[in-house]
Amino acid sequence: MSRAVRAGVAVAALAVLGALIVWAVSDLRGVGHPPGVNSARVAPILAHERQAANAVNGVTFDMRGSDTLGEEMILFAAALGVSVLLRAARDPREVQVAAEDDVNRRGAISGALRASAATLVGPMIVFGLYVVTHGQLTPGGGFQGGVILAAALLLTYAGGQVLAVQRTDPVALVEVSEAVGALAFALVALGGVVFAGVLMANFLPFGEIGALLSSGTIALLSVVTGVEVTAALALILTEFLDQTLLRDA
Amino acid sequence: MGVAPYIVAGWLLVVGLYGAITSRHLVCMVLCLAVAQASTYVLLLAVGYKTGAAAPIYSTTVMPGAPVVDPVVQALALTDVVVEATVSAVLLALIVRAGQRFRTTDPDELGELHG
Repeated sequence: MSRAVRAGVAVAALAVLGALIVWAVSDLRGVGHPPGVNSARVAPILAHERQAANAVNGVTFDMRGSDTLGEEMILFAAALGVSVLLRAARDPREVQVAAEDDVNRRGAISGALRASAATLVGPMIVFGLYVVTHGQLTPGGGFQGGVILAAALLLTYAGGQVLAVQRTDPVALVEVSEAVGALAFALVALGGVVFAGVLMANFLPFGEIGALLSSGTIALLSVVTGVEVTAALALILTEFLDQTLLRDA
Repeated sequence: MGVAPYIVAGWLLVVGLYGAITSRHLVCMVLCLAVAQASTYVLLLAVGYKTGAAAPIYSTTVMPGAPVVDPVVQALALTDVVVEATVSAVLLALIVRAGQRFRTTDPDELGELHG
C-alpha cells in the first residue's frame, strides 16, 4: 500500500471514528455537572478518616494503593527494559572512552549555559525535595517531585559537569536507589498485612490534617515513590545520554 | 461548557492516530502516540470537573466541606501520565536498537527488511 492510499484510507476510517465519537458524546450531560454523589464524597472521607489534605494523593497512595504498587513495578520494569535494550548493544569501555573525549571537549560549552545550569541545580533540588515531602499537603507528591529531581541531574549534564556527575558514579547509585524505592513501596504494602491484616492498609498514625506528619502511610509512600521515580528517570536519561556520547564519538 | 471537552478529547485521539499512521519516522510515531494518549487526560479531567468547585486539596482557603472536583479521575490521570512516560521510554529504546540494526528509522522501510 503506497503512502497516498494509506493516508486516504486513514482519513476515511478516522472520519467515521470521529463522527461516532461526536454522536456518542452529543447526548452526554454537559461537563461541569457530574451525576451521582460519590464524586463529592471521596475528598471529605479522605480528609476525615486519613487526615490527608491532598485528596489526589490520598486516592493514589491509599484508596488505589495496590494499583500504584503495580504502577511502581511498571516503572521499575520499564527502566530495567531500557537499560537492557541499550546496554546489550554496546561495550562499557567504549562509553568510558567516549565520556573522556566528551570531558575534553567541555571547554566548547558556552559560559551562559554553564552559569545558568550551576545556578539552577541547587534551587531545583530543594524544590524537588519540597514537592516530594509535601505530597499529602500541597499539589505534587512523589511522582511529580521525582521528575523535578531527575531534571536537576539532566541539568548537571547539560551544564557540562560530567566530571561532577561521574564522581558520584551515577549508574551504580541510581540502580541501587531504584531497587530500594521499589522494594520500600512493596515493604510498606506488606507492612499493612503485618500491622493491620490487610495489604496496603494505612497502619501509621494519621496525625492532624495540614501537619507535615499527617495521613499515615500516604506521606511515607509519596517519599518512597519520589526515590523510585527519581532513580528510574535518572537511569533512563543516563542510558540515552550514554548512547548520545557514543554517537558523537 | 457543554460537551466541548469531550469533542476535544475525540479530536486529539483522531489526530494522534492519523499522525501515527502517516508518520515517516519512528520517533514521530511515538510522539503521535503521546498526542493520542493526551486525549485520555482531557476525557478523565472532563468527567470529574464540577462548575464552581475547587481543586481537591484542602488548605486554609478550601476547608473540608467546601465543594471540590472528583479526585479519583485526577489520580487516574496521574497513573495515565506515568504509564505514557514509561511506554515512550521503552519505545524510544527499541527505536535506537532498530536504527542500529536496520540502519533506518522509516517504518515503511522496516517492513521490507527481515532478519
